[in-house]
Amino acid sequence: MHNHARYIVFFILVLHCIAASAYAADISLHGFLQGNYAAGVAASNPDGGNFKSAEERLQLKLDAAKDPLHLLIKADGWYDHVGKKWDSELREGYIDYTANAWDMRIGRQVITWGVGDLVFINDVFPKDYEAFFSGRPLEYLKKGADSAKIGIYPGFASFEFVLIPYFTPNHFPDSQRFWMFDPFSENGSVITDRNKEKPAASLENTEIALRAYRDIAGFDASLYYYRGFLRQPSIMPDNLMMPTKLTLFYPRLSVYGASLQGKALDGVLSLEAGYYDSRQDRQGTDPMIPNGQTRFLAGYQRQLWEDFTIGVQYYAEYMHDYTAYKRNLPPGFPQEKRLHDLVSIRLTQFLLHQTLRLSWFSSWSPSDSDYLLNPEIKYNFSDHVWAALGGMVFGGGRLWSQFGQLDRNDNVYMQVRYEF
Amino acid sequence: MRMFLRIVTAVTVIAITLSVYGKASALTPDEVAKKSQAAFLYPGKDFKARVMMKLVSKGGQERVREMTMLRKNYGDIGGEQKYFIYFYQPADVKDMTFMVYKYTGKDADRWLFVPAISMVRRIAAKDKHSSFVGSDFTYEDVSGRNLEEDSRSIVKEEKAGNKDCYVLKSTPKAADMDYSYKMAWIDKSTFLPLKEEYFDKRGELYKVFTAIEIKDVKGFPTITKRSMKNLQSGHMTEVAYAKADYGIGIEDSLFSERFLKQPPKKWIE
Repeated sequence: MHNHARYIVFFILVLHCIAASAYAADISLHGFLQGNYAAGVAASNPDGGNFKSAEERLQLKLDAAKDPLHLLIKADGWYDHVGKKWDSELREGYIDYTANAWDMRIGRQVITWGVGDLVFINDVFPKDYEAFFSGRPLEYLKKGADSAKIGIYPGFASFEFVLIPYFTPNHFPDSQRFWMFDPFSENGSVITDRNKEKPAASLENTEIALRAYRDIAGFDASLYYYRGFLRQPSIMPDNLMMPTKLTLFYPRLSVYGASLQGKALDGVLSLEAGYYDSRQDRQGTDPMIPNGQTRFLAGYQRQLWEDFTIGVQYYAEYMHDYTAYKRNLPPGFPQEKRLHDLVSIRLTQFLLHQTLRLSWFSSWSPSDSDYLLNPEIKYNFSDHVWAALGGMVFGGGRLWSQFGQLDRNDNVYMQVRYEF
Repeated sequence: MRMFLRIVTAVTVIAITLSVYGKASALTPDEVAKKSQAAFLYPGKDFKARVMMKLVSKGGQERVREMTMLRKNYGDIGGEQKYFIYFYQPADVKDMTFMVYKYTGKDADRWLFVPAISMVRRIAAKDKHSSFVGSDFTYEDVSGRNLEEDSRSIVKEEKAGNKDCYVLKSTPKAADMDYSYKMAWIDKSTFLPLKEEYFDKRGELYKVFTAIEIKDVKGFPTITKRSMKNLQSGHMTEVAYAKADYGIGIEDSLFSERFLKQPPKKWIE
C-alpha cells in the first residue's frame, strides 16, 4: 500500500506538470476487457479448488505526450473468482524524457533484454511464472520494475543504464493453487512459519543493469552487466535438521553476459551467454544459496512456408564449484546435476489471413527428462475481439525437477479479450 | 553513274542509321521494368504516408490495418532501402513498430517491436511467400522484387483506361514463386503499373492488382489508392494513402532499435 501511495503522488505531480504546461498534450485512452480461466485437468489444487485462475479484468492505458515528455499509465483491475476478491495493479506507469542523443524513462516499466524464447539469461528483470503456468497472455509473464532507465546514443554504440532502487522478486506459483516440491514439507508436516526478507531500499542495495549494443557485421550484438539480487528466494531454516522457522531471502548476484542475433542459414540465429556470480556463496559451500553458473543458449528460427515458422533452441545452465555443492548438500536433499539443459521447439502457423494462429511450444530437459507442453489456438473474431484456447502440460523427471514437480498442475486455459 | 551510286549509298546509310536509331528509341523490356521500379518503388529520397488497409473477405467482413509507413532510399534505384512502420490499428497491434532493411540479392533484415512486453525481435520471414499483415499483398508487392529474378518481354502496347501502356510479361526464373508469370500494364508516360494480372501454375488468372487513384505528390505521380484481389479465394485488400509526402528529411537514426521502441511523434503522425 505504501508502494501505491508513492506512485499516486508521483503521477499527480507528473500529470500536474503536463496539464500545466501543455493544454495541447496529445492524450489517448485505450485498454481491454478480458476473461481468463484455467481449469486443472490432472488433479484438484492443494486447497481443493479446480481452477488455477478464473477472472475478469479491465485494463486502462493512458498515453499523454507533449514533446519532449511522454507519460504512460497502464493499470489493471480484476475480480478473482478463485481468491474471491477484487484486486488492482499498476502494470506500468512511467514518464519519458527524450533529448537528441539521450533519453530517460522513470517509473514502473517492463524491460526485456536477451534473445531467449521463454528462457532468460541476461533478462534479469522481474517475472511472473504463475501467470505463465496458469495460461495468462504472455505479456503477464513480465512484471514492471520500479526503476530509472537512461539511454545514451553516441553513434558508435547505444547504451541502456538501469537503476532499480526498489526490489521486485519474481512471482512463483501460489502453493494453494499449484502442487510444487518443497524440501521443508516432507512427511506431511509443512513448516508454515515463513518470513520473506526483501532487500531494503537503500543506495547500497540499488540494482544496476547495463546494456551496450550495436551492429557487428549485420548481427545485433549486446553486452550486459547486472549487479543486484537473485529474484528467486533461497530458504534459510533456523535449524537444518529440525527446522521450525524458515526465512526466505534473495541472495546477492552479479551477471556478466553477451548476445548476438542475426540472419544466418536462411533464418534467424540467436546466441546468448551469461556468467552468474553468486556473490553470497562464491565458494559454493552454502547449500541454501545457488552456486555460480554459466548459462548459454543457441536458437534458430526459420520460415518454412507461407505463415509457418519453426524455432528451435538449446539452453543450458552449468553449475560451478560442483564438488563443494555436493560435499555440503544436507542429507535427504535432492541433488541437482552439474548441467541442467532444455531443448525447446516452437511452431507457429497462421491461417485465414493471419486471423487464426495455431502454435505449439514444448520444452524438454535432456538432463532431467521432464517437459512442458503448450499448444494454443487463437482466433481474432474481429479487429476488437480475440479468444485463445490452450493447454499447459507438465511431466516427467523427478518430484523436484523444474517441470516434474508441476506434474499435477496440467491445465486447460481460455483467454477472451475485447480491445478498444 | 558515280553520282547516282553515291546518292544511293548516302540514302542507304541514312536509312540504316535512322532504323537503328529508331529501334534504339523504343525501350527494351528491361528498361521498362527499371523505369517502372523507379517510378513505383523508389521516387524521392524518402517517403511517408498514412496507410489505410482494408481487408475484405468473400463474405464481406472487413478488417482494418492502419499504419504510418516511412521509407528512405540508400544508393541507386533498385538499391538498398529502409522501411519503418508504426501501427495504429487494429487494437491488438497498436503501438507496434516494424523495421525493414531491404537489400538487393538477399533477403531483408526485419525487426518487430512488441510494446506489451517491450521486446525487439528479429523476424524470420521470406519476402516471396509472406503476406504483409494478413493482406493480399506480399512483402515483395510492398517493397519490390529484384529485377534480376525475372525474364521479361513486351507482349503488346495497348490502352488501359485512356492511358497508353506497355504490356510487360514477367516470368520468374526460379520455380519458387506462387505465380508462373505476371502481366503488367505500365503507363508509357508515368511508368506506374496501372494493372497487374498474376497467373498460377496452371496458367489461370488468380490475382489482380489495380491502381485506382493516381495523384501528383511533389512532382511524383503516386498511386494513392490500389487494390489486390484474389480471384480464387474472393478475398480483397484495398490500400489508401493519406498525407503522402516526399523529401521530408528522415534521419538515418530513425531506423534504429531506439526509435523502434519509442517512435518519434513527428514521424509517425
